[in-house]
Amino acid sequence: MSVSLRLNEEQQLLRESARGFCREQAPLSLHRKLRDSRDADGFDRGLWRQMVELGWTGMAIPEAYGGYGFGHTGLGLVLEETGRTLVDSPLIATVLLGANAILESGSEAQKEELLPRIAAGELLLAFALDEHIVHDPARVDSTATQGNGGYTLNGGKTFVLDGHVADRIIVIARIDGESDGADGLGLFLVDAAAQGVEITRTIMVDGRNCANIVLNNVAVDADNLLGGSATTPEALDRILDIARIGLSAEMLGSIEEVFERTLDYLRQREQFGVPIGAFQALQHRAAEMYNEIELSKSLVRAALAALDDPASSSARIARLASAAKAKLSEAFFLVSNEGVQMHGGIGMTDEFDIGFFLKRARVAQQFLGDAGFHRDRYATLHSF
Amino acid sequence: MNGELELFRTETRDWLESNCPDSMRTPMLPKEVVWGGRNAEYANPDSELWLERMAAKGWTCPQWPGEYGGGGLSPAQAEVLAEELARIRARPALTSFGISMLGPVLLEFGTHEQRLEHLPKIVRGEIRWCQGYSEPGSGSDLASLNTRAELQGDHYIINGSKVWTSYADKADWIFCLVRTDFEAPKHQGISFILFDMAGAGVSTRPIMLISGSSPFCETFFDDVKVPAGNIVGRLNDGWTIAKRLLQHERTMISGFGLAGGQAEGGGASEATVESTAKRYRGDTEKLSDPLLRDRIAQFKIDSEAFALTSRRSAEESAGGGPSHISSLLKYYGCELNKRRCELLLEAAGNRSLGWEGEGFDAGELSLAREWLRSKANSIEGGTAEIQLNVIARRVLDLPDLTGILRGKR
Ligand SMILES: Cc1cc2nc3c(=O)[nH]c(=O)nc-3n(C[C@H](O)[C@H](O)[C@H](O)COP(=O)(O)OP(=O)(O)OC[C@H]3O[C@@H](n4cnc5c(N)ncnc54)[C@H](O)[C@@H]3O)c2cc1C
Repeated sequence: MSVSLRLNEEQQLLRESARGFCREQAPLSLHRKLRDSRDADGFDRGLWRQMVELGWTGMAIPEAYGGYGFGHTGLGLVLEETGRTLVDSPLIATVLLGANAILESGSEAQKEELLPRIAAGELLLAFALDEHIVHDPARVDSTATQGNGGYTLNGGKTFVLDGHVADRIIVIARIDGESDGADGLGLFLVDAAAQGVEITRTIMVDGRNCANIVLNNVAVDADNLLGGSATTPEALDRILDIARIGLSAEMLGSIEEVFERTLDYLRQREQFGVPIGAFQALQHRAAEMYNEIELSKSLVRAALAALDDPASSSARIARLASAAKAKLSEAFFLVSNEGVQMHGGIGMTDEFDIGFFLKRARVAQQFLGDAGFHRDRYATLHSF
Repeated sequence: MNGELELFRTETRDWLESNCPDSMRTPMLPKEVVWGGRNAEYANPDSELWLERMAAKGWTCPQWPGEYGGGGLSPAQAEVLAEELARIRARPALTSFGISMLGPVLLEFGTHEQRLEHLPKIVRGEIRWCQGYSEPGSGSDLASLNTRAELQGDHYIINGSKVWTSYADKADWIFCLVRTDFEAPKHQGISFILFDMAGAGVSTRPIMLISGSSPFCETFFDDVKVPAGNIVGRLNDGWTIAKRLLQHERTMISGFGLAGGQAEGGGASEATVESTAKRYRGDTEKLSDPLLRDRIAQFKIDSEAFALTSRRSAEESAGGGPSHISSLLKYYGCELNKRRCELLLEAAGNRSLGWEGEGFDAGELSLAREWLRSKANSIEGGTAEIQLNVIARRVLDLPDLTGILRGKR
């Protein structure tokens, strides 16, 4: 029997409280303010403390490591809500990518040292994988050369989420002497202040916090290699899949929000003496969006539930992760475009919020693989 | 896991093991679908045996109450039964409009006597039903229908004609929408009535589809005499029942969308789009046409999302029955089935374009026929556009232009 796709009462309460928190403490106006003031961090540290106090950082971390073991569905529901108001926070880089990288690849000692600090909100991480203009985890050219009881890292990373604020950067590099391709990659914990680490913040169209990072003969101790050896391709896939599913949950929240804002406008804006939502040309497009959103929601729920189900095979998680990321990328593309179009002229103004979702859509679509990447992967996973 | 449910599972598995004939565990062939009725045909004798055994347990309608011949199973038990049937890939023992459309509304709106009279015969496949809704002038605007039923003593006299009536020439009884109040606004003068197609004054004329088969008819009523007690629900309140039945019909039709091969366990049809493409293109590992491969992947992802949505909506309504969400399911399921058929044509290249005769095998000939038939999916049971209207108005609560303009006049 498969896990239920329906939210239980506890999950519904969690979602309600997350929604209330975001609406009151982190409305869209905060996102705008951070952008307009060119905030150096790109997120509000006071708000982050509150999120830590709510337990969001430890949600998917097991209790043994200082977390609350609320599961991926719990974190997914929180991300859905932060997606609604485009909350800028380290949740994705630190909690989704960072914590799971340590959980999947770290040694017992590394987990015991680092995970409680993430749950307590004391440690910010970044996950530095991509090196090219499109996501391609198999194409890593950064190198880790062994010597002097440690490694020397060289290479360049791009589109590194929270790269400019992270205390530690998890750098994915090819360990010399190991094969090329998806195996032979090591996950190295690098101090952001270490000698030879050059971090350039990149201001993205959607305000998402990102950086380019150059590693120039950066020396790291052997015990900063997660797990003490190269990470298996399965473990790297799992880290990425958890993050893709979490990101899809955040995208779902943004999509639902932009859709609801658009529906409100359709009901309220009048032209030709009637609300524009009475025009069938717009009604049918709205109905088609609704269908796509419902299908997207089912994939996100199923993928989160699969992560929480110990019986799920990694193949199943991989298929659901790629299905979700592909579908959500398409849905966000559609709904963000229609959102602007159906608002007419006002939708094009900076003063009006709808454009923020269009900008976020494109960045989220590309991050961790766009629809084309994931359809290709899905086909391969299905052997065709 | 619940112990009682597990016991039920073991018993069910054992029973199926000894009662489901081997040939009933092979993929269904179109000509072997069992529709039942007075003139039931069994192209495969095992089908008759399988129906008899399933009907005796009431498992052709697992959740209907035992007093009406059903299986009396709880939703959880019914799910177990469905899982066990799927496990051995058992064919449906009986397919009928009685099961998927009429039965559920009789359970909701019929009298005890009406249920006692009709439901057991549906369970056992003794009576085959057809649906008399559409008329030549009333398709999408169904409520404008003109077939008249006039009361004479304790009978109604019915005159008029229906069209596109699926299997009217094979059906024994019809559930029919008739106008019983000629002055009232269009939605308020309609009644839902049941009658025997063998009665005097009923005639049918088959219509051929673009796919070459004739599954539906024109149906004519010429002074057909029907007992007044055959009206279901209240007089002139048939529209309520008609809409409810459409929700059941739409949920049923949306099942077409599940044929697209869920990620796990496979769908109804054995050959998937991708296996067909690989076979015809001579590809062993990866499909060599990257565009076709991408479209198939997109189709499969949508199919998987659709199957999950259909499951989620059942879980969320938790026994509350179908709702307006049936319009989403109907719309998307039908679009998916049409996409599946188009992809199969593309996958098999010109081998899929044969009409008849030598040069094509039976499977290839059915690709073209099935593709043509699939075009009806977004017309029957309410068109795609009508489903989008329902979603926009009933689910999204967008304003009704016709209503606004009428108010302004
Ligand atoms: C294979 C098949 C089996 C069928 N079986 C049965 C059966 O057993 N019993 C039965 O009663 N009927 C049956 N039907 C009939 C079916 O329900 C009707 O064909 C359907 O409701 C559409 O009606 P119509 O054909 O008159 O098309 P029309 O209503 O004339 O529609 C023509 C076009 O106009 C569009 N349109 C109409 N109104 C609107 C609107 N308000 N907004 C936007 N677009 C609109 C439609 O979507 C369609 O594209 C069957 C049909 C088929 C194809």
